[in-house]
Amino acid sequence: MVAIKSLMDEQAAAVDPQWIKPYGDTTNDGAVQLSFTLPVKPGGVAREAARQMCERMNLENVQVVYMKDLGGGYTFFVVYGRVKDFVDLSTIDVPEAQVPTWSMEQVNIIAREKLGRKITVVGACTGSDAHTVGLDAILNMKGFHGDYGLERYSEFNVHNLGSQVPNEVLAAKALEAGADAILVSQVVTQKNIHLHNLTQLVDLLEAEGMRDKVILIAGGPRITHELAVELGYDAGFGPGTVPSEVAAYVLQELLVRKGVAV
Amino acid sequence: MALKLHVDEKLIARARDAARNITGEVQAFIDQHTTTSTERAIVRLFGVEGKGLDEVPLPNLVVENIQDGGGLDRGAAYWVCNAMARHSMSPQEVAAAVGAGKLDLMKVAPVDDGRIHEMAIMMARETFDRIARNRSARKGFINQWGERPTPWLYIIVATGNIYEDVIQAQNAARQGADVIAVIRSTAQSLLDYVPEGATTEGFAGTYATQENFRIMRRALDDVSEELGRYVRLTNYASGLCMPEIAALGALERLDMMLSDSMYGILFRDINMKRTLVDQHFARMLQAQAGIIINTGEDNYLTTDDAYESANTVLASQFINEQFAHRSGMSDEQIGLGHAFEMDPRQEDGLLYEMADALLSRTCFPKAPLKYMPPTRHMTGNIFMGHLMDGLFNLTSVATNQHIHLVGVLTEAIHTPFLHDRYLAIENARYVFGYARHFFEEFDLKRGGLVERRAAEVLQQSLELLEHIEHVGLMSAIAEGIFARVRRRPDSGKGLDGVVTKASGYINPFFELGLKGGHR
Repeated sequence: MVAIKSLMDEQAAAVDPQWIKPYGDTTNDGAVQLSFTLPVKPGGVAREAARQMCERMNLENVQVVYMKDLGGGYTFFVVYGRVKDFVDLSTIDVPEAQVPTWSMEQVNIIAREKLGRKITVVGACTGSDAHTVGLDAILNMKGFHGDYGLERYSEFNVHNLGSQVPNEVLAAKALEAGADAILVSQVVTQKNIHLHNLTQLVDLLEAEGMRDKVILIAGGPRITHELAVELGYDAGFGPGTVPSEVAAYVLQELLVRKGVAV
Repeated sequence: MALKLHVDEKLIARARDAARNITGEVQAFIDQHTTTSTERAIVRLFGVEGKGLDEVPLPNLVVENIQDGGGLDRGAAYWVCNAMARHSMSPQEVAAAVGAGKLDLMKVAPVDDGRIHEMAIMMARETFDRIARNRSARKGFINQWGERPTPWLYIIVATGNIYEDVIQAQNAARQGADVIAVIRSTAQSLLDYVPEGATTEGFAGTYATQENFRIMRRALDDVSEELGRYVRLTNYASGLCMPEIAALGALERLDMMLSDSMYGILFRDINMKRTLVDQHFARMLQAQAGIIINTGEDNYLTTDDAYESANTVLASQFINEQFAHRSGMSDEQIGLGHAFEMDPRQEDGLLYEMADALLSRTCFPKAPLKYMPPTRHMTGNIFMGHLMDGLFNLTSVATNQHIHLVGVLTEAIHTPFLHDRYLAIENARYVFGYARHFFEEFDLKRGGLVERRAAEVLQQSLELLEHIEHVGLMSAIAEGIFARVRRRPDSGKGLDGVVTKASGYINPFFELGLKGGHR
């Protein structure tokens, strides 16, 4: 037992904690699992092709644990292997929207006391996107993950325009409602049409002279804060975001813009 | 056979009565109106295909010509048959002449009304004969190879390219799919025309066109022959072109179509008058063609909570059933939709899902219910998602669902890869086979949680239906009763295509179809 323990200590000490690789059951074993299909009939050649494919992905100790004929000359594989490379955490920089952790009650109180007026948000799934799951999670009364949606906030006026809203309609509605913030959700995409939709809205708002007057927020499974900022948005929220984060972000941003200390 | 649920039959009868009254009030409105898409469907049913000036489909050019001239209130059949009689032309020749700008239907000297009517009926009879031949071809295949055990495995393909779809569809059939649904290109439901020809570009789906329908039908007939079982084909009829696409489905032997009386209103913001008038003709054609419709109540649960709003699903199923009956549809054609969408963290969620699914089964004993897999709580954790699909599969076989949309573990990530589909079908076949007769061994506990939940949902559905009966369907939709979506009678897309019929209005298909003249 003693011998094993000292070996583990030695290994741990030899490892720079900033350098990591996947963990299976032993530090730095690099264990990963993969599944994929190759356009080849099952058999010895197919199995070897799958193994070599994984070696080209820089895996070693490749084990093809399952091979299944999908018909039509296609074969499915489940594979385990070990990654050779490490990543260096110290070189990674991921910008995230700076959001205070305020509850719904806190947001309402702070909005009343420091902003002194109600906050209007307009939200839509734009372009051809018909999937309102994400938008509804943030806006609908019920909310998401036990966190109430913005419709439940006493200090928020919410206009949920739903799905397949043209950018022009969204901009017009935002103007009409006097929106403080515009929330755009993009869920389903093909051939990166969501990026086109998102940038077109920014262009449109700039052309209408509205861009600086609203807080522009993008959300969806493929959205990161970094991507959103790059596209000309103020913030981006990815999967797992709860409504209070969005509410707190909008309120904080309005206070900053108003010159009020948060 | 599945579990047997005991509920108060009187409440079911009362709910059905309420739905009959609700749809009856709307039907009076429907009967007084037609729409541009209904009229274009008639032109298509006369056999018109192809494009005219500026690549616009000929049926659109014909109907625009009539509408611009202020004659749409008599129906496209009247004007087209008038020109046919006057100039001894076929419908295609009439449409081509209009499309080329060489003929103005409104300027053709009118022939005798009786002659026009006779000609219109003759045209409709020919079309119904063609549709009847499709129907008997389908019946012949099923007699030859036998019917598939339920739940039928319903698989989606959606590559955007019809030729790629063919590969995926045939592969899915070989893997065990009983029904292939070709998802439409995103936003096609908002196009006010049906594209023409074979298409290879679409977003998250493939355009529904007559040629694409033909290509896929042929491909599935080939693979049916190969497998010795009939593989059914499905596409979407809802949207601004609902009756036209229904017409194409009837002509090209589609076996099922998504066809909901309210889906377009709620989820595509199509004007409610437009959709309500459109669905009546679309479903009359589907009734004639022996097409099983799929209704879209499952969608309510993607925006509303599945546990709290189960009553909206059931109430809507009653309404959809009654509208379908008013289009001459039999119970065996009405695939009412519902879904397995409760929060996986909910304690006893499985029990409530079973109760709700059994309740639909019990209220609509002959309907080929369409059961939809979890989507809302699919997170990208494919391992958890695969297990949720497993419990969905178990609920489906336990409650004797009929059309089972196979849940795929990568839902919410991408349209399924080849092996995603294989894993999904393997899951469903495993659970269906492994539990096939298990539930026949059990009686539900009388007065137990399942029965109580079902009784509560039924009672709430009845209350909702009685409310709608009181305020009227259009007002109820404006209140946001379904899916929490509010739509007003004069808002939404396509209202400009709704026309009040004049006294000389002709639609020969209604005359033959609804009067039982051509069953």
